[in-house]
Formats: sequence, structure tokens, C-alpha cells
Amino acid sequence: MLIFECPYCGIQADETELSPGGEAHLKRHGPGASDEDFEGYLFMRENPKGVHFERWRHSNGCGKWFHAARCTITLEVFGTYKAQTLEPPKKIKDQIAVKRPGWSWRTFS
Amino acid sequence: MSTRLSRGGRLIDTSKPLTFTFNGKKLRGYKGDTLASALLANDQMLVGRSFKYHRPRGVVTSGAEEPNALVNLGKGGRFEPNQRATTTELFEGLESTSQNHWPSLEFDIGAINKKLSRFLPVGFYYKMFIHPRPLWKHLYEPLIRQSAGLGQAPTSKDTSTYEHFYAFYDVAIIGGGIAGLQAARVAGASGRRVIVMEQTAHWGGRARIDDEAVDGAAVESFLDNTLAELQDLPNVTLRTRMMGAGIYDHGYLLGYERLSDHAPETAGPRHRLWRIRAGHIITATGAIERPLPFAGNDKPGVVLASALRDYLIGYGVSLGDRTVVVTNNDDAYLTAIAVKNAGLEVPAIIDARQGGAGELGEKARALGIRVETGKGIAKVAGGKRVTGVQICAQAGEGVALEDIVCDCVAMSGGWSPVVNLWSHCGGKLFWDTESVIFRPDADKAPTGHDGSAFVSVVGAANGNLTQHAALKDATDQTAVVSGVANPPEAPSTVSREDAAIEAVWMMPEGAGIKLRSKAWLDFQNDVKVSDVQLAAQEGFESVEHAKRYTTLGMATDQGKLSNINGLATLAGALKVDIPAVGTTTFRPPYTPISMGAIAGHARDEVFQPIRQTPMHKWHVVNGAYMEPVGQWRRPYCYPRGEETHEQAVAREINQTRSSLGLLDASTLGKLLVKGPDAAKFLDMLYTNMMSTLKPGKCRYGLMCSENGFLIDDGVVARIDEDTFLCHTTSGGADHIHLHMEEWLQTEWWDWKVYVANLTEQFAQVGVVGPNARKTLEKLNGMDVSKEALGFLEWKDGTLAEFDARVYRISFSGELSYEIAVPATQGMAFWNALLEAGAEFGVMPYGTEALHVMRAEKGFIMIGDETDGTVIPQDLGLHWAISKKKGDFLGKRAQERTHMVDPERWRLVGLETADGSVLPDGAYAVGAGVNANGQKNTIGRVTSSYHSPTLNRGIAMGLVKNGPERMGEMINFSKIDGTHVTAKIVDPVFYDKAGEKQNV
Repeated sequence: MLIFECPYCGIQADETELSPGGEAHLKRHGPGASDEDFEGYLFMRENPKGVHFERWRHSNGCGKWFHAARCTITLEVFGTYKAQTLEPPKKIKDQIAVKRPGWSWRTFS
Repeated sequence: MSTRLSRGGRLIDTSKPLTFTFNGKKLRGYKGDTLASALLANDQMLVGRSFKYHRPRGVVTSGAEEPNALVNLGKGGRFEPNQRATTTELFEGLESTSQNHWPSLEFDIGAINKKLSRFLPVGFYYKMFIHPRPLWKHLYEPLIRQSAGLGQAPTSKDTSTYEHFYAFYDVAIIGGGIAGLQAARVAGASGRRVIVMEQTAHWGGRARIDDEAVDGAAVESFLDNTLAELQDLPNVTLRTRMMGAGIYDHGYLLGYERLSDHAPETAGPRHRLWRIRAGHIITATGAIERPLPFAGNDKPGVVLASALRDYLIGYGVSLGDRTVVVTNNDDAYLTAIAVKNAGLEVPAIIDARQGGAGELGEKARALGIRVETGKGIAKVAGGKRVTGVQICAQAGEGVALEDIVCDCVAMSGGWSPVVNLWSHCGGKLFWDTESVIFRPDADKAPTGHDGSAFVSVVGAANGNLTQHAALKDATDQTAVVSGVANPPEAPSTVSREDAAIEAVWMMPEGAGIKLRSKAWLDFQNDVKVSDVQLAAQEGFESVEHAKRYTTLGMATDQGKLSNINGLATLAGALKVDIPAVGTTTFRPPYTPISMGAIAGHARDEVFQPIRQTPMHKWHVVNGAYMEPVGQWRRPYCYPRGEETHEQAVAREINQTRSSLGLLDASTLGKLLVKGPDAAKFLDMLYTNMMSTLKPGKCRYGLMCSENGFLIDDGVVARIDEDTFLCHTTSGGADHIHLHMEEWLQTEWWDWKVYVANLTEQFAQVGVVGPNARKTLEKLNGMDVSKEALGFLEWKDGTLAEFDARVYRISFSGELSYEIAVPATQGMAFWNALLEAGAEFGVMPYGTEALHVMRAEKGFIMIGDETDGTVIPQDLGLHWAISKKKGDFLGKRAQERTHMVDPERWRLVGLETADGSVLPDGAYAVGAGVNANGQKNTIGRVTSSYHSPTLNRGIAMGLVKNGPERMGEMINFSKIDGTHVTAKIVDPVFYDKAGEKQNV
């Protein structure tokens, strides 16, 4: 029963208010994409033991999609941010790098 | 025999006698008794039979860890199986029966298994009954099922009520023993919001039984003062009869409160599930005593030493006149001393340790109790009750040294901290070799959202097994987590000089197979030392595998009593250390909680909301047979008089096709898509081109997932340049709305589009049939002529006094108008249509008539022709897939080799040779067999109905190379093994040219 702060409402939302949406920051591949790129986009997902970026929707709240950075082992939440972005905000990346030395964006621990 | 003593019983009130029944026998007890203590007071030691061998079983513990004393409680709407007698409080009129025996508890026919136990080792069922295969299904399984199982499932509906309760605390303390109460004191004084929950009806736990002085006075006064202090604090909530059931992510805690199990006539809910968010959780859950593995340790009369002490001191119940105490630690000496002090005999304390006990040993000897050190029990005499023990050297192989007559054996293999709750959310354990226990590893605690520990374990649960150490631990740790700057001093206690425990995993050490196959590890599931050793020998080396192979710690036990002895036995068999074997994972709930508590209020009519259209009541009043469509209830048909549903559907179709039908289509999804980029957005969502649609026109559209599969269909109406109204399927409105939102928010967030779900804002009625136009013209309003409103056009206006948006669309193939009016006007509009249509014999029709009519026309239905694996191309809908658009959701996916494979099953119509109705979902069989020896399939039926219009069966199906095989006959298999032959035909059965709808 996780708790995330909805970056739109600013409230601490209980998991019962939220719906999970899988891995965040996927790049869409449409017509013209190679089979490999399309397969990667549609099916291949990270399953890291450690830092992960996920999509969540405040479904029983404001209805907005947001992203959460969290550790899949300790359940520590490094931050949440609006979904209208191609990569996590610098602030969150910096914070993860401090808490998980050696970590960097797009290398999964 | 076991009996009530004239003195003692701190937990019972002898001025309040109660009567209850066990297997129909009327018995007496007192207020404060548990069912177990009351049964024992009535000499009812035998309470059940074991799971596999049906051996006689007696009460062995006094708490939640009880494996044997499981009973059926109550009857009718209050019947409940598998209830522990040890945690069931007695009340006037309680009815209980024993389980897992036939024909009676005293004489059980399944006990024949006991005689066969030599032939029924672990894994026997897996190995023996697997061949020949058919015998399993028809002979073995039915027989085994009859003799297996614990309690019976209730047959009547639960008459009790339940509720959920949401709560928030800074500190939640689980366990109201001396450590929990001390923790509450410290946390309470800090001003934090605190809850303390205790699973029994009493505060103080074991401290009240063992009575060791605190602050120089009896423990009783320390407990009473502490409670009084806590009750005065407004920031502290105290709850008894409430178990900490489970700890979950980020400080989520489930509390299970049993409000009226002890007083069933009380008004209000029976159980309450507390859904708590806690800043910090302190578990002060104590420890559970372990049995000792020796031959015959499962016989009625062999009990845990602590349980015997509980019954004696807490309930004034003696379990026997002559009690032999067998132990590997000092704590059990307290039992011997208590028995002696009660005026009963202790023929001997059998201590496995060469060195014996510390100061308690001296105390016992001073009372004249014989202490035998370095000894063990080789055998227990007796059948349904212990009659004696044979003692031997612990270091030996079990040669008898002496027979001692006794009617009770109190055993102690040491104490295991209750670490279950710590483990629920990922807390790790370490093995403490010296104390012979698994302890919580504070460095590997469950962590919360900020990465810091949110659970602390204090007291005996943290491995501090003496009162002295437990109080100090609770004080110090609670001060830290409550942010108390100057930690208070722990209450002063006398620390006792105990000798160290010595691990005993088999008694005697060198016991041969004969003794090991009589030494029980798990009383409930009949797992013995020899079974775990056999599992290890057969290669089940992982503790999780060994557990499942042997059933050790399964069912209600969940490892409480059997876990450590089982792990140690496995470690011994594998010749590794206990930590190398590891533990099985404890999962919530700590003990079973009722299904009712989990459901709470969510049952019957409030289980889920029901959606009703504005005309819902009219349908009900007019005899509609309703069917669920998602959360909606829609009329399936409107039977009249003695009509069958089939007859009603046929009548509705015939009348609609010949004159006039009405359909409540309000459930149809209505999504308004608006904004400068709306057209661009819909071009991405639909396979068709929507941006070219002219305002005032309608177009049928298909929506696919990014994976290419068809997910929804419906008519899109362009309202103006920037506005579209997208109709979705009835079941699809909500998830298609979400689908649109997801793409707008997460992919094309810079597009200027807004989506609103207007489904419930409008009532929508289909006016269908050759007389549809005449009917609307009678309402005196807007021009609905062919010239003013052509097929696939829409227009706003008024009909009679109603604000109407009229669409010329048809899902039946007839002249048809779908008319939307504001939801509040829906019922009045429906009535106006009934009145206007009366002269044409208007008939409302239901969803089944709708389905049949669309199938007659060859229109697909999402969920019938599609199942998540079907692409529009399979359904011959190429005309609705734009070739001009560079991109739309699903386009790339539909270019994959498998999607363009000409061998894909494609849509055709099917006509049986004999006119019968094909079974829905039936498969067409082709030549040859597949790799599994099954017949090859070449297609399946997706929709099948009796068509009243054609008076024969019609069907649609997906068939391999179907459209190229028109006129061919193929065979569909039926459930009875026979076949039915059908001809492949065009899927449009009625009015192929579309002349009737376009008039």
C-alpha cells in the first residue's frame, strides 16, 4: 500500500486512489520503425531491482497521469513529477545519485 | 484427568457460571474462560483428529498458535469452522463441535491411516495416485476428498455485519503485554497519537501469569497503574480483542477487531477491519514456546509448559495430577514450580542439559521436585491420553532407563520470538546461536517512503525473553522512535540468573527411525521428523520446497509452532547451519481473519454501484428481463404473459422489422472531443480518416490498441470544426475515455484537445422500423424527411417540446433514428414516443433483439467478433482503415508479418445445413492433428442466433481462408462429440443492398 504525492493535487495519495501504468519514459515507435524498435517499445520492459520510474494515475482523484521514481527493494520514493516530460527532473535525478551512489539516468541498478 | 481447581484462576470470574455445548454435550464454565480452558475443566482433553492420520489430538497451547483445538462454532447464519478453542472466549449458550472425524470423535474410521502410517510417508499421495491417470479423477480424488479437510464450509448466508475503519496514528503498538504497555507509556508521554492493540481480552500478556515483581511490587499493580495512566491520556487509544493482522508498504497496518465474538447478541458489527496508516509501528508481539520433538509428543496430554501454566494460574484448571516437565531451558521450571505450588505432583523435571538450570533449578529442588539432567523422553505411553513416559539419556539412542507414571507432560523446547509482522513487509532476520532463536535484524528493517525504518520490534519479540530485558528494550527503542529527548528509566526489575538454553532438535539425540517417525514437528498436518528428513533425502533442499512437499507449517499453523523445529531438522539432514537453510516467508494475516471483515460493507446491493438509465424504472415496471452490461442493467427482452424469452425476442424483432420498435440506447458511450487539434487527435485514435468528416455528418469508426487489435467501434458525429461527439460501445465508454486521456496526457500533451464523458448527460432512444419517420412526424417538430436529414447525418432541433439531437444511423438495417435528449427529459420523451407510436403497434425491444438484428445485417459486435486478438482486417473492414494516414494507433502493429498473414482466420457468415443454431464458440475442425494429437482447428463461431426474420439459424465466424471459400461446407464440433455441418456464406444475411435503412 504505497503512498505517492500527486504532483497535480499536491496531496499524499494512498495506493487505493491510484492506478499503476507500468514503466515510464517509453519512446513511442510508430510506422517506419524497425521490428526491433517496435518490439522494444511495445513489449520489452525494465524490471530493475532498485531504482525504477513508473507511471501512475490519480484515478480516484484528479485523474492525471504522473511519474514516480522509487526503489523496488526498499520502497523508498525519490519523488513524483508530472508526466509531460521526456525524462525525470534534474532534482530527482540528483537526489537518486546521492542516495544510490554510482546510479545514473538510464542505467538501472 | 483434567479438572477445575477450587482455587486460582486470575482471568475467570467464578461468580458468573456459563453453560455451553461441545458435540451436543452440555458443559459448564465461567466468564473469562476460553473454550479451551472450559473444555479442559470438563476433562475434554480430546478435541480433534489430525489431518492425515486421524490421530487423537488434544489442546497443546493456550493461544493463537494452537494447531489442534480447531472447532466448528455456532450454527446457521453464524456457523464458522476452524475456530481456535484457545482464542474463543466462552459465552452463555456457545455451541461447538469437533472436526475432521467420522463417524465420531472417540471412534474414527480414518484412524486406520495411523496403522498404515508406515506406508503413508511424505509424498505418498504424489507418488502413488498419479498413475493410471483416469483412476485419479474417478477413484482416488473423490475418496481422498471425503477423508481430508478440516472444518466444513458454511451452507447458509452469514447473518452478521462487518465494517471497515480508517485511522491514522503516529505510533501504532501491536501487543498489549508488558513490553507493549511500557512502549505505550513512553510514546504516550511524548504526546504522539498512539494506538495499542491487544489480540486477547486481557492486558499484560504472560506477565500476569509469571508474576515477576516490577518496581518492587507485584506486576499486577504495575500493569494496573500503567493502564490507568494510559487511559487518562487523550492521545492514546487502547483496544483489546484486536489483532495486528498484517503490515504492508509505507506504514499501512491492518487491525482485526473482534467486537462481539464473545457476546454474539450485541448490536452492531461483529468484526471491524482497521485500515491504519502509522508513522511508526512497534511490534511487541512476544514469543511462542516450541514443542520438543520426541516420540509420542502428539498424544493428548502432552502440552506446552507455558500453556499448562496458563491454564493452571489463569483459569484454575489442572491438566493432570502427575505432570512430567521436559525441557532444554529454565523457563519450564516455572511450570513445575507452579504445579507443585498448586498441590499437584511433579514426578520429575527431565532436563536435556547436562548442567541443568540456574536459580530456578535450586528453587525446584527446594520444593522437593526431582530433577533429571542430561535426560530425555524416549517414548510416551497411552492412546487417547498420556499414561506415562519412558526416560532415556539425551545423548543416547533411546534405551529406556525408567518408566514414570504420569497423566500429563509439559514440554518446552525454548521460545521463538513472534517475528511474523516484522517479516510481512520485508524485515530480515538473523540466527542467534546462543539464544537458539531467529531475531529481527534492525539493520534490515522494513523501510518507508523516505527510506527509513518504519517498524521496530521490542520485548520478547525482539529476542529479549526475560521481563527485565523486555522492559528495558521497550523503553529505549520507543523513546528513540517517539523522538523523546531524555529517555526515561526503564522500571526496575530483578534479573534472574538463568542457565543457557541448549538446542534440542531430536530427543534423544541418536534416535533411530522408529522414534523419529513418531516425533511430530507439525501436529495439524502430521509432519514428523522422519518426513522432513525424507524430503531432504529426496532432494527437496530449499526450505520452500521442503515445506510444500511435506506440508510443514501449512494451513492455519503457518509455521507458528512448527517452523523452527522443522528448519532445524532440515538443516540437520542437509548437514548445514540453520541460517543456511533460511526461513520460509511469513505472510499476512498473522492468524486467519474473517472473509466478512475483508468485505466490510461491500456486499449485496452495495457490493458495486448499479447504473440505471433515465428509463430504467419503466423497463422494470413493464416486465423487462434485465441483464448486466458492465455496471449497467439493460432490458434483455420484454416478455409478455406466458411468453418465453425466445418468443419475446422474436416478437420484438418481427414488429420492429415490420412496423416500429423502440430501443433505450442511453448506455451508449458519448465522448465529446473538442479543441483546435481534435480532428488531428481523432485521426490518430481511429483507423479511419475523421478530419475529413463534414460538420452535420456521421461516420462509423474503428479504434485499435497500439498493438493493432480492435478495441472499440461506434459512430462519430462532427458537431463543428473543433468538436466531435464519439459514440463508443456501452461497455467501452469509461475505458475509451481513459484511453483518450492517457494519450493526451502522456504522449501528445501539447495538443489542444479536451475530452468530456457525456454518457450520462443524455438519454438516447432508437426509433426503428418502417414507421419510424411517421412516428417522429407526429411529434410536430423538426423536419426529419429524407431530404432534410439523410442517412448518416445528424441535426439539432425540437421534437414536440423536447430538445433533440437526431442521428440517422442504423444498427438494425431498418429506417432508424437515434435521438438524444437531456437525461432529465428521457422518461417523458420515451412516453411521448410510446404514445405517438401506439397506432403503429410500437414495441420496446431489448439487447437480444438488437444483437439478432445486427447479426442479420452482418454488423460486428465488440466482444463477440473481437476478443483482443482480432484486427479490423480479419473482419473485412478494410474500407474503414485509412491508407492515406501516415500514422494511427495500431498502424505499425498491423504491418507485422503475423498480422498480414493471408492464413489468418477471417470473418464469414455460416449457415447450418439443417437450419439449426450453431453452438456459440464452437470450433471448426480441419484435416489432420496437431503436435498434441488434437484435431486441427480451422475456425470458430463468434456469434450465433436463431433469426426470426429468416426463420433459421444464422452465425458469424472466423475461418481460415474463409472469404475465399464461399459455399464450402465445414464441420463444427459440438460438446457431445458430434458435428454439425455449415456452409460458408456472406456475413450479411438480410437486405444486402442496404435499401431498407437508406430511405
